[in-house]
Amino acid sequence: MSEKPSNGESGNGAPRVGVYVCQCGMNIAGTVDCEAVAEYASGLENVVVARTNKYSCSEPGQQIIKDDIRDHKLERVVVASCSPRLHEVTFRTAIKEAGLNPYVLEMANLREHCSWVHMEEPEAATQKARDLVSMAVARATLLEEQIEAVIPIARETLVIGGGIAGIQSALDLANAGYKVHLVEKEPSIGGIMAQIDKTYPTMDCSI
Amino acid sequence: MADAGRHPNIELITNANIENISGYVGNFNVTVTKKARFVDENECTACGDCVDVCPEVYPDEFELGLSSRKAIYQPFPQAVPSSFVINMDQCLGTTPIACGKCADACEKKCIDYDMQDEVIQLEVGTVIVATGMEVYDPTEIDEYGYRRYENVVTSLEFERLINSGGPTQGHLVRPTDYEMPETVAFIQCVGSRSVKRGNPYCSNICCMNTVKDSLMIKDHWPEVDVKVFYMDIRAFGKGFEDLYRQSKNRGTKYIRGIPGEIREDPETKNLILTVEDTLTGELQEHEVDMVVLAVGAVPRHDSAVVKKLLTLSTTSDGFFMEAHPKLLPVDAATKGVFFAGCAESPKDIKESVTQASAAASRANVLMAQGQISSEAITSVVAEEICSSCGLCVDVCPYHAIEVDKANKIPAQINEASCAGCGTCAAECPIQAIGMRHFEDQQIFAQIDAMLENDPEDKIVVFACNWCSYAGADTAGTSRLQYPANARLIRTMCSGRVDQRFILHAFAKGASMVLLSGCHFADCHYISANRWTQRRVERLWDKMEKKGIRPERLQLEWVSAAEGQKFATVMRAVEDLRTQVTAAEIQATQEALANA
Ligand SMILES: Cc1cc2nc3c(=O)[nH]c(=O)nc-3n(C[C@H](O)[C@H](O)[C@H](O)COP(=O)(O)OP(=O)(O)OC[C@H]3O[C@@H](n4cnc5c(N)ncnc54)[C@H](O)[C@@H]3O)c2cc1C
Ligand code: SF4
Repeated sequence: MSEKPSNGESGNGAPRVGVYVCQCGMNIAGTVDCEAVAEYASGLENVVVARTNKYSCSEPGQQIIKDDIRDHKLERVVVASCSPRLHEVTFRTAIKEAGLNPYVLEMANLREHCSWVHMEEPEAATQKARDLVSMAVARATLLEEQIEAVIPIARETLVIGGGIAGIQSALDLANAGYKVHLVEKEPSIGGIMAQIDKTYPTMDCSI
Repeated sequence: MADAGRHPNIELITNANIENISGYVGNFNVTVTKKARFVDENECTACGDCVDVCPEVYPDEFELGLSSRKAIYQPFPQAVPSSFVINMDQCLGTTPIACGKCADACEKKCIDYDMQDEVIQLEVGTVIVATGMEVYDPTEIDEYGYRRYENVVTSLEFERLINSGGPTQGHLVRPTDYEMPETVAFIQCVGSRSVKRGNPYCSNICCMNTVKDSLMIKDHWPEVDVKVFYMDIRAFGKGFEDLYRQSKNRGTKYIRGIPGEIREDPETKNLILTVEDTLTGELQEHEVDMVVLAVGAVPRHDSAVVKKLLTLSTTSDGFFMEAHPKLLPVDAATKGVFFAGCAESPKDIKESVTQASAAASRANVLMAQGQISSEAITSVVAEEICSSCGLCVDVCPYHAIEVDKANKIPAQINEASCAGCGTCAAECPIQAIGMRHFEDQQIFAQIDAMLENDPEDKIVVFACNWCSYAGADTAGTSRLQYPANARLIRTMCSGRVDQRFILHAFAKGASMVLLSGCHFADCHYISANRWTQRRVERLWDKMEKKGIRPERLQLEWVSAAEGQKFATVMRAVEDLRTQVTAAEIQATQEALANA
């Protein structure tokens, strides 16, 4: 693992950003020059630490980020690795464990959107990776802490339609202890099934 | 059915209409009107004395008009609740002077002509939509003569005809002469699998229903000939192939070909079917006593009401659309709402029950927690800027915004209803709405960072989280190679992309901008991407007026699965990029600087 602590502190009241460029084994590092990207990141405004990491999502990988949050008093974290659709939750949880609000994380997608789709053009891919990291840092600097709203849930259900499906849902929830209001348009429940005598595949009575 | 009627935790509200639903997950407020039955539901013992004296006779809708009932009636013998009901439009009069016979006949005095509709208010945490389906009306298929030829019936009518509780007590007879038919023909896929008439989809249940009917006929009346005309027999479920084989072994003839026409012999009322057997290529005529049209399933004619009340979406076939076809098959896009049964797509009883239990379980998961936290990506109004114009109210797919235009009260966002698409923020003409976690300045900062060096080489791509960004991920996992000039900016929905973002990119010297979202039916925010389209169309006009070639802004719909399409789009946009000249970019920057 290579480490490139930044020379400067952010200092100007802007948030202190840490950048983690993931190699994803060879998945990213095979195409993108991760060291060069981390080097570039360390020179970006507000960045106080930038490192490469073999597998950021691994336990040790996450630990490095958590340690840096404490040691470098990081306020924003950029993980340049795979798609946020895959690991945003992982890293949000990690920074939360280290005391940060989960919404101050930003990811740059160096794998699905870069190394895997530009395998023949390592230089262009590395340049794109620099841009993606720079964009992520710019955005991260402006991210704000967010509080998720907590909504209470009433323990009652409305079931609209009293065919076999509505009846089954109503019975399941009623048996689980919830109050169920089963609303049916017609004067009787039953739906289409009530009109059928024998039903496949068992060929027995439906009601 | 009876279990549901007597369960202490189930309040059965029949003969009722949902009038209104407001609120959001965890806290839906529901208004229901329970229409007057004019018979006390709890007291009625279903003795039937009233029916005997009622002079008014009407077609019985439960029997699809194949038999009759009185103006006071029980919907069907096993009805739950079992109570009788009066159809007031058919009742002779509500005063004893006009008639009043049933009230006299009722010993328990359950009949009350003055009964009023009752309005019921409910507060619920979750909603299950189980509104079912209807069957296709084959009248429009003129060459089959349904309604013109009495011996042509639908499969649902046939169910009643052979039902021991039905109008003929389960005797197989044909409508014209009440004689047992010698030959019954079934025609499959009526109203299904056709792009011309009816619907393009397979209705899923009619093949197996016909197989079942053929076996029932052979069980009770082995001498009756059964012929099934089909395109394909879809016996895909567990045990289905076995039933199909039994049906064939027991003598039902399966003829591969859909009759082009049915004619009636005016004397015998027999029906003559003309068909090409597509296995042999032979043109055939079949004379039969009775034809059953295996009609398909269609969405309920009134499903738009529930759709609007719960802001649901429908797929192109008109059935309700699930939040994700594979991974969230019973969730609606609206949080706290779930689908069960044929409301979502045509299916048989087993599948309906399976889905119903799944929906119950999903609702249970929410309610058992007692509370949920919602992702903090919601819109926020800067009240001091808002001019109460109400534009945001019109574009919000979730009805999460209220504005009092008359009293100039600024927009109010209901945070729990807001799903975070950002369309309001993009549409607000005076930037009075911000999106938490996807603020204007955050997005501008990304654009600036991207275009800091060599902007002319770059393609600025705005991609929605659910489809297009995911489609780009799919291109990656499939290792599809494309040029390295594009950089993606992720927003939750393409609806978030303000035209100012796009113009800013051009002002900063970008050659090309691509805006990409979900296909219309897939939009994760109901219909927010329709606004994306409108906005881009407006912007193309604007660009044209400013002398910027509209082709420099591309709009593409890419789904999460369409990695291939994403790569193709990338190549196409890169081709366009190479055609943009430095002079053109400079002219654009000047045009935008003067604006
Ligand atoms: C001819 C025919 C034969 C069939 N044979 C078989 C068979 O042999 N085996 C088999 O497994 N399946 C069979 N099926 C399929 C089976 O009928 C369905 O799977 C089942 O009825 C679906 O149940 P459901 O509850 O989803 O819908 P439905 O039965 O349609 O019930 C929906 C209910 O919701 C009510 N409703 C609708 N809108 C509202 C509203 N806005 N407010 C309040 N209430 C509302 C309706 O009045 C109705 O009672 C057959 C279907 C047909 C048409
Ligand atoms: S289930 Fe069979 S009859 Fe029904 S639409 Fe599909 S293929 Fe046609």
